[in-house]
Amino acid sequence: MKKRQVYLDNAATTPIDKRVLAVMKPFLTDDFGNPSSFHTPGKVAGDALDGARKQVADVIGARSDEIIFTSGGTESDNLAILGFARKNQNQGKHIISTKVEHPAVLESLEQLEKEGFEVTLLIVDEFGRVSSDDVVTAIRPDTILISIIYANNEIGTVNPISEIGKQIQKNRTGNFPAFHTDACQAAGALELNQEKLHVDLMTVNASKIYGPKGNGALFVKRGLKLQPLQFGGHQERRVRPGTENVAGIIGFTEALRIADQQKDEESKRLIKLRDYFICEVQKLIPKTRLNGHPTERLPNNINISFMDIEGEALTLYLDAKGIYVSTGSACTSASLDPSHVIVGLSLPYEVAHGSIRFSLGRSTTKKDLDYVLEFLPELVEKLRKISPVSVDAKYFK
Amino acid sequence: MSDYKSEPIKGTQGDVQSHDKKQSWFYSDIVKEHFFNPQNFLDRDPKEGEFNAIGKVGSPACGDELRVWMRVDSATEIIIDYKWKTFGCGSAIAATSMISEMILEKNMTLEEARNIRPQDVMERLGGLPARKFHCSVLCDKATRDAVNDFYRRAGKFDKIVVEASRIICPVTRVTDRDIEEAVLEGAITLEDVQKKTKVGIGNPGVLPAVEELILFYKEKYFG
Repeated sequence: MKKRQVYLDNAATTPIDKRVLAVMKPFLTDDFGNPSSFHTPGKVAGDALDGARKQVADVIGARSDEIIFTSGGTESDNLAILGFARKNQNQGKHIISTKVEHPAVLESLEQLEKEGFEVTLLIVDEFGRVSSDDVVTAIRPDTILISIIYANNEIGTVNPISEIGKQIQKNRTGNFPAFHTDACQAAGALELNQEKLHVDLMTVNASKIYGPKGNGALFVKRGLKLQPLQFGGHQERRVRPGTENVAGIIGFTEALRIADQQKDEESKRLIKLRDYFICEVQKLIPKTRLNGHPTERLPNNINISFMDIEGEALTLYLDAKGIYVSTGSACTSASLDPSHVIVGLSLPYEVAHGSIRFSLGRSTTKKDLDYVLEFLPELVEKLRKISPVSVDAKYFK
Repeated sequence: MSDYKSEPIKGTQGDVQSHDKKQSWFYSDIVKEHFFNPQNFLDRDPKEGEFNAIGKVGSPACGDELRVWMRVDSATEIIIDYKWKTFGCGSAIAATSMISEMILEKNMTLEEARNIRPQDVMERLGGLPARKFHCSVLCDKATRDAVNDFYRRAGKFDKIVVEASRIICPVTRVTDRDIEEAVLEGAITLEDVQKKTKVGIGNPGVLPAVEELILFYKEKYFG
């Protein structure tokens, strides 16, 4: 009998939806033209690209000319942060962000610090949320950009982006500071309408919503100027030159359409599963801590620290049972530092070392979760027996 | 005394990849066997008078903590029993399990146990991913700590061997010698040295001293 496999790492990436693959295929073979070419195959590709751009624009309530296709979340974040800051530095060199951003944002900000920019990283509350008051207080006359993650990729906490955006609009002169949000984890689960969110720049990508990896987009509000990160053509309004990945873009667009269409229904289903799993774990296993917000969290995100044990060890034990998860432990990162997000919640390193993220997906069923619950308590118990550590009771309830 | 047993798992099961995809690794079958089926660990609190030597290294903040308990025959100085507990990743658990087997199967004396090097443990494990070596093989250090503890309790102070090198980070027990070795292996920034040794992780107070040493060895070897 084939061993049961339960993939609970959908926040890392998802498989391509068959409907998505179907619309991509023609553009890999028959309709292979370069959208920039002045002939029929070129026009076919070009028209498809225009249609795709319109579709993304529709989902986020923007105009077609406000969408720039990129190679995914990392590039969109880089382009938003580096591109905007460099282009607008004559207006000021101060940027506000948070301690719990994705590395694509944090490392771009580190680069800007080397270029003479000043960065304020806001701390978050115990659930990982940023307060709009803190954002407003941090605004200075020379603040040109504010970047805040929409839904955290590790702990799933959803930030009040709309409220923060409103406050920023109230407290700015002209176009500055502009407001960027990384919405990579939000697509398919949360509101993406840019007007309702009051954002000026927004990152979206395909690989978490059953689209092809290496595809994403950046929403750039009309009138905002970016300095390109690469050079060599007129594509994407010269901000992101290079022959477009037509098949990838078509796939991304279709994936986004499907994700947005089934957003409400799927979210409802996932929230039920999520809360069931959290509740069962707390019932079955002592000394655990739910990381992130109890309700203001992504429907598919479960992040739990198992005290006194180390995440890599548990990940390996689960892997041997065919259960695939990820951990904030230092041991699986190249840096040997544990998750900056969990440490950012003012929790000690040992809590971060023991954190496991279970991220659900479209294929996840209650049966899958029951399979995990069948093994999880004994595996945790086994590692605890080996462990000499006892984490202070104040860090779990 | 019953140790926890589980079905040993072999082959390619149970491998993970780093979540940032910078590096991946595979554990050898021996590592996995000791990880999934650890030997000689203490699955309860020690009883009064059960052991006559205790050793400790690491802290949960730095990601690994090891404790070892030994019962030593006072006349022959042979280690009769060796138990351990480890908080750490797969390779840390496997390494501690392995050293316990190495010591007990050969009826090692304190002197012999003291001379086990991390390389010896790694060899028996069939190798470890390079980046896992420095940080997860701490079992030799915990063992030496216990050996000293035995002599301390026995009043044989002349037999206590203070680590020839100077401990820079009391939490991770990283010595100046470890840092020298890391620099020689090409780690010339604090970040690189931390990747190799874990020094100062969760204990940032020691970092200025570490940086000074890196600079010293860098100039010594690379001018």
